[in-house]
Amino acid sequence: MEGTGLGWIGKSVKRVEDARLLTGRGTFIDDHPPVANACHAAIVRSPLAHAKIRGYELSAALALPGVVGAITGEDVARHTKPFSVGVTAPIHYYCAATDRVRFVGEPVAVVVAKNRYIAEDAADLVQVDYEPLPVVVDPERALDADAPVLHEAVGSNLAGNRRLVYGDPDRAFRDADVVVNERFTFPKYASTPIETYGVIARWDLLDGVCTVWSNFMGPFIMHPLTARVLGLPENRLRFIVPADIGGSFGIKSSIYPYIALIALAAKRLGVPVKWIEDRREHLLASSSGTDRVAYREVAARQDGTILGMRFKWLDNVGGYIRSPEPGCSFRPTGNFVGPYRFQHLEVDASVVMTNKSLTGPNRGYACGHLYFETEGMMDRLADRLGLDPVEVRRKNLIQPDQFPYRTPSGGLYDSGDYPAAFDRALELAGYDELRREQATARAAGRYVGIGLALAVDPSVSNMGYVATALDPQFRAKPEYLAKSGAVDSATIKIDPLGRVIAILGTTPQGQGHQTVVSQIVADELGLVPQDVTVVDEMDTFTRVWSISSGTYSSRFGSVGTSAVALAARKLTAKLVDYAAHLMELPAPSLEFRDGAVRLRDGKGPSYSIKDLAGRAHWNTESLPEGMEPGLQATAVFGFTVAKAVDAEDRVNSSNTYGFIAEVMAVEVDPETAAIKILRYVTVHDAGTIINPMIAEGQIYGGALHGLGGALYEELAYDENGQLLTGTFMDYLVPTASEAPQIEIAHVVSPSPLTPLGSKGLGESSSMTVPAVIANAVSDALAPLGIRINELPMTPSKLWKAIDQAQRTPTGVSAPLASGALQPRRGVSEPRESRALRPRAGVSEPRASFSGHPRSDPTSRTSLQ
Amino acid sequence: MVTVRLNVNGVAHEGRCEPRKLLADFIREDLGLTGTHVGCEHGICGACTIMFNGEAARSCIMLAVQADGAELMTVEGLMRDGKLHPLQEAFREHHALQCGFCTPGMLITALDLLRTNPSPNDREIREGISAVLCRCTGYQGIVNAVRAAAPILVAGR
Ligand code: FES
Ligand code: FES
Repeated sequence: MEGTGLGWIGKSVKRVEDARLLTGRGTFIDDHPPVANACHAAIVRSPLAHAKIRGYELSAALALPGVVGAITGEDVARHTKPFSVGVTAPIHYYCAATDRVRFVGEPVAVVVAKNRYIAEDAADLVQVDYEPLPVVVDPERALDADAPVLHEAVGSNLAGNRRLVYGDPDRAFRDADVVVNERFTFPKYASTPIETYGVIARWDLLDGVCTVWSNFMGPFIMHPLTARVLGLPENRLRFIVPADIGGSFGIKSSIYPYIALIALAAKRLGVPVKWIEDRREHLLASSSGTDRVAYREVAARQDGTILGMRFKWLDNVGGYIRSPEPGCSFRPTGNFVGPYRFQHLEVDASVVMTNKSLTGPNRGYACGHLYFETEGMMDRLADRLGLDPVEVRRKNLIQPDQFPYRTPSGGLYDSGDYPAAFDRALELAGYDELRREQATARAAGRYVGIGLALAVDPSVSNMGYVATALDPQFRAKPEYLAKSGAVDSATIKIDPLGRVIAILGTTPQGQGHQTVVSQIVADELGLVPQDVTVVDEMDTFTRVWSISSGTYSSRFGSVGTSAVALAARKLTAKLVDYAAHLMELPAPSLEFRDGAVRLRDGKGPSYSIKDLAGRAHWNTESLPEGMEPGLQATAVFGFTVAKAVDAEDRVNSSNTYGFIAEVMAVEVDPETAAIKILRYVTVHDAGTIINPMIAEGQIYGGALHGLGGALYEELAYDENGQLLTGTFMDYLVPTASEAPQIEIAHVVSPSPLTPLGSKGLGESSSMTVPAVIANAVSDALAPLGIRINELPMTPSKLWKAIDQAQRTPTGVSAPLASGALQPRRGVSEPRESRALRPRAGVSEPRASFSGHPRSDPTSRTSLQ
Repeated sequence: MVTVRLNVNGVAHEGRCEPRKLLADFIREDLGLTGTHVGCEHGICGACTIMFNGEAARSCIMLAVQADGAELMTVEGLMRDGKLHPLQEAFREHHALQCGFCTPGMLITALDLLRTNPSPNDREIREGISAVLCRCTGYQGIVNAVRAAAPILVAGR
């Protein structure tokens, strides 16, 4: 941390954001009303999962003193358009129900009053006349011929289906020595940020500009979509995002229908309107990942070599398909194969609508599902072949000399050394010793298991992946416009004293962008981070942005930091030209080094950044002819590897690809079904790490999201489509007592595609923990013949499985199974083994941060 | 409307509100102290935790009128003489916050834990702060921060 002025990248610089957040001076959406006299909205929501709306009775609500007015679905139908959806089926998704409700909690009306209390009172007085319709919540049942149909114009509940074929999967399955099948179900869960949604809308009827403040996180493609819905030109709709967002994890990308709804209320009622969602509303009707039913098949040779796989997915997107869905199926297109080399793959993806709430990105978007299934299949394959799960994985890993690696589905893995990272995880966990201790524990009748999970961690979505949902014939039509891109921008200004302001258009939700940018700029310009002020409040009227802007899909560490570095480099190039003019030397003989323009050979005079900035600002006459005055630069960085999906459905769906290798050891108490995590090791390769402290924070947080989904969290519905987990009493978020100790280590394969060699890391272990813990619990319960193919593993579900298995021994390792029937005491705290004891050890892996190369992003791989 | 007189962070306040006004809303809207956050309004997430007559309490499930005559401390009252409280310092040092939304409730809860148990072990720290939900940090940084701050607070007593 000592300020040499160089080498800030790679240091755990303390965050500049913290001072305000620790003292209660953050600027969250509900904190600082940006407009005077905002009125408050309460949203009337459907109590039924499926019903026709016959009419509204507003008189009692409107008669309440303090009520300003109300809008209903009729206003929505009359004055807005439906949102575009990502499929071709005729699904009309408006910002509120117009003629029919399709899930409990769907907005049907908005009441606006002078304060929130009155608005809520009035919302209770709104009467909606419903004609109930039959309900379906299960995605498989929803596709039955006699199932209730949600959207009559579609004719079924299938929003879309694509069968994607890469290579020759049929032949792979014909040639296989073994084929293993499994059915998996993945739960509907949400990362439930502690700050809920918030929207403030003001409509200036004179200049026709609608300004919306919200804790929307992007992608800003939703800005043009919302403008269209509201019938506004894009330059009349202004989105402003405050500096602080209280967590998001993908969930706040789905605020945009509420932006349209509250903007409409503000327009119709002629007052600025503020809406802050409450927790019940959030759990009922914000967003979540999909619940999925998956059928998996793997074809392999006797030696464990995988020849091909088949995926059949039913993704339940709820009552409507809301963009960016069906990303649930297609976001991982490029990394469908994960870290494995097999070439033949068939993916049959169905997107199904049922009477549940709507879905969208949730931390690890679609990858938690993908790897839960794939890694579960790897263990099943190992089991079938009598091989160690480590061996099966090693046999199939993409090798370090294969990078950059093109996957059969079009992904371009930029860099990595998967076997080395996997070995590092095994070594850290003491895998062989763990196995020996497991054998001892098993012999003693204990249920100890070891799980593995490997994953390719995709970051910076290429917008083009969404079109994979469309038929190639549709995409071949002349009127179809191809889509691609992953772009971010940054502006850097040097003031007359040589200090810097960096302006971003990102929407951080706790990722510490201000800190990270101050480190990068300090290194690029030879300053200390304190010399750099970073402004980070997105405003579509004043920031340079693109439709892919926003802070999602682990973008910032990769594309955002690249824009910052490039903007700084534009400025240093200008400073060199300016100094060359002042020194009357050819520019190529000079370079910008350690905060000054110096002669390349190191001798002679130099011009410091402060000196140059003062002269350039105060005396424009000193500039060379043709040089633009001022010291500011904007860089827009876009990945050139982000291309549109091709005719064979191949697409590089992300732009940088990291790697995760995890080992977890657990013990299951057969009496209580409690799962105790004994060891959990995670190794990440996210290229150059800019701030290890922040990176580790992302890993800790991501892992706990994965654990929540694996063990506790589910938006559970009854058969009437009523949400059963509508409060934090029922929707169980892990507390500190449930959070595991994590041993973290890094390997570093700099990305050749980014100026700093960095990749994204924000989703991290959220996508691997469901897999690794399911595999560990399956391994623990193998003596009982139990394999986890369904999440969350709640104690009641697990206990039932154990109880049933104990009553009807499966014959697998019968002696242990019967031993387990004996009452056991005092084994839940394993003492006899060192490796199985929970450890607080992050200190050792931290050492692996030191001295990684950052200046040479082209060096393919360098391992600690 | 009723009158509520109370002391917050050492400053006397008087406000008028409806009897049904939640204490959390009163603190945020009537007193303008927006550091206290609301995450669930049903007493589970702990974001709204404040010190109420010296003990941690959830301001979202109390009415403002119940605080008449009370002494409160909110996150805004932690700093002394322009310096961060040692617990705030430790949070910064150990990366105990990301988005910062749970942080005010987490700080007050941790302070309350250290008041009743000045030298907690890790299990006690985890149990103590399990009253507040954090979705960003995985709690490890918070546990580290509370552990690090405990001896400093003891020494400062
Ligand atoms: S807001 Fe009070 S406990 Fe959640
Ligand atoms: S820091 Fe975001 S919820 Fe705790």
